[in-house]
Amino acid sequence: MKKLQILGTGCAKCIKLAANTEEAAKKAGIEYEIEKVTDINQIMKYGVMMTPALAVDGKVKVVGKVLPPAEIEALIKD
Amino acid sequence: MNWKDEWKWLTGLAGAFLVLFYLPVGIPRFNNAVLEGLYLAKSYAQEHVILCLLPAFFIAGAIGVFLSQNTVMKYLGADAKKVLAYGVASVSGTILAVCSCTILPLFAGIYRMGAGLGPAVAFLYSGPAINVLAIILTARILGIELGIARAVGAIVFSVVIGLIMHFVYRHERQGQDGPQMMLGGDDGMRPLWQNILYFAAMIAVLVFANWGRPQAETGFWHLVYASKWIITAASAAGLGVMLVAWFAVPVLKVVAVAAITTVFSLAFPHTPMVGFMVGVIGLSFLTSTQEGEMQEWFSGSWGFAKQIMPILFAGVLVAGFLLGRPGHEGVIPSVWVSSLVGGNSLFANFIASVAGAFMYFATLTEVPILQGLMGSGMGKGPALALLLAGPAVSLPNMLVIRSVIGTGKTVVYVTLVIVMATISGFLYGTVF
Repeated sequence: MKKLQILGTGCAKCIKLAANTEEAAKKAGIEYEIEKVTDINQIMKYGVMMTPALAVDGKVKVVGKVLPPAEIEALIKD
Repeated sequence: MNWKDEWKWLTGLAGAFLVLFYLPVGIPRFNNAVLEGLYLAKSYAQEHVILCLLPAFFIAGAIGVFLSQNTVMKYLGADAKKVLAYGVASVSGTILAVCSCTILPLFAGIYRMGAGLGPAVAFLYSGPAINVLAIILTARILGIELGIARAVGAIVFSVVIGLIMHFVYRHERQGQDGPQMMLGGDDGMRPLWQNILYFAAMIAVLVFANWGRPQAETGFWHLVYASKWIITAASAAGLGVMLVAWFAVPVLKVVAVAAITTVFSLAFPHTPMVGFMVGVIGLSFLTSTQEGEMQEWFSGSWGFAKQIMPILFAGVLVAGFLLGRPGHEGVIPSVWVSSLVGGNSLFANFIASVAGAFMYFATLTEVPILQGLMGSGMGKGPALALLLAGPAVSLPNMLVIRSVIGTGKTVVYVTLVIVMATISGFLYGTVF
């Protein structure tokens, strides 16, 4: 079970990243759970300032940009 | 019947019915206001979209992709020199953020993990006011004077407000107990001079395409005006050469786009917008079909367009409906506006600052709203006061700020913003 967290205050880019992540996770065929972290103080705890960001199992992988689904797939597969 | 779900429909339908039932159609003021909204939207579409907004989106997109935000954030990190941190914080809004939703996390980060309260507040204040799109649109629609005053005012006062906040809370231990700042991976940067030339070419296209007709029929400025399309075309050609040389865009593609653009420009010499539009489409084609950086640039620009255009159009319609075009009246009588914020009294400046501070302006909509207000008799000073207090704070973002720095500091901050905006509006109104 992978825990995929989208860190972002809810702007358009964060929604896009969430959608891309979902698509990537489905394609990768892994078991997953998506959580959206929208509280700014929570986001800070990950050390992230440029939203949106993607964390896999609590580890921040991408900061400040929306990756296309293919690249996210590579990140979450291993 | 399941009333738990159905009541939403009921309220919605009943609401729509009541609005239509009492719709004040036929009352001249209302009818006229609807027309004003449409007129204003039309004039924006005709005058500002192709020549101003489209290139501005490309510039904003390029900033996001080609300038390294990480370099900037290093100056705002925990070990940064304080003097430098204030300086960088006050101007970095230009390249770091376009909407307030990116400002807030950065602000919280600079406060918690970085340089502390002062620089964080400086950034919070100047960020929304000096982003590229806001400055370009302000200068274009409200006049170059106000555009510059907005940028300069935001930079100067952000430092002052940051310093005061730091001074007031100097005895508190400052943040820095959080985790290390996470920055995105280092992007392969090209040399500074290449970046400068590349941005200069884009800015030249934007500036010269929008060059206004000067009063005099002779002299240097008129010469620039007369040859503005030649200069614009030359800048665009320069941009094309750079795309081939530094960004690995195939020569054939660029030449083809340049050729088609030239043909259209020459075929419609009296409506330069046609040629310009073909050029923009060509650039979109070049960037969107190229893997990597170029595609990121396009999708960044396109992202801004999607984010900003709908809100801006809606904002223009509403502003036109409420306040009318400059010189015309919308639903709100001009007398009200000019009695509240006309002239340049301290009171007018104060009202404008307070209104600006609490009102929420979606990205860039402050510009058409202000245009309407100024058309209805708002003074120049209060206009600047509203621009300085407006985008930086609003009721929703005060709540977020409060959750980061606490109630006391938030109140001090908002008070400082209102006082500063009032004073700077008053000074500006007195001088100009």
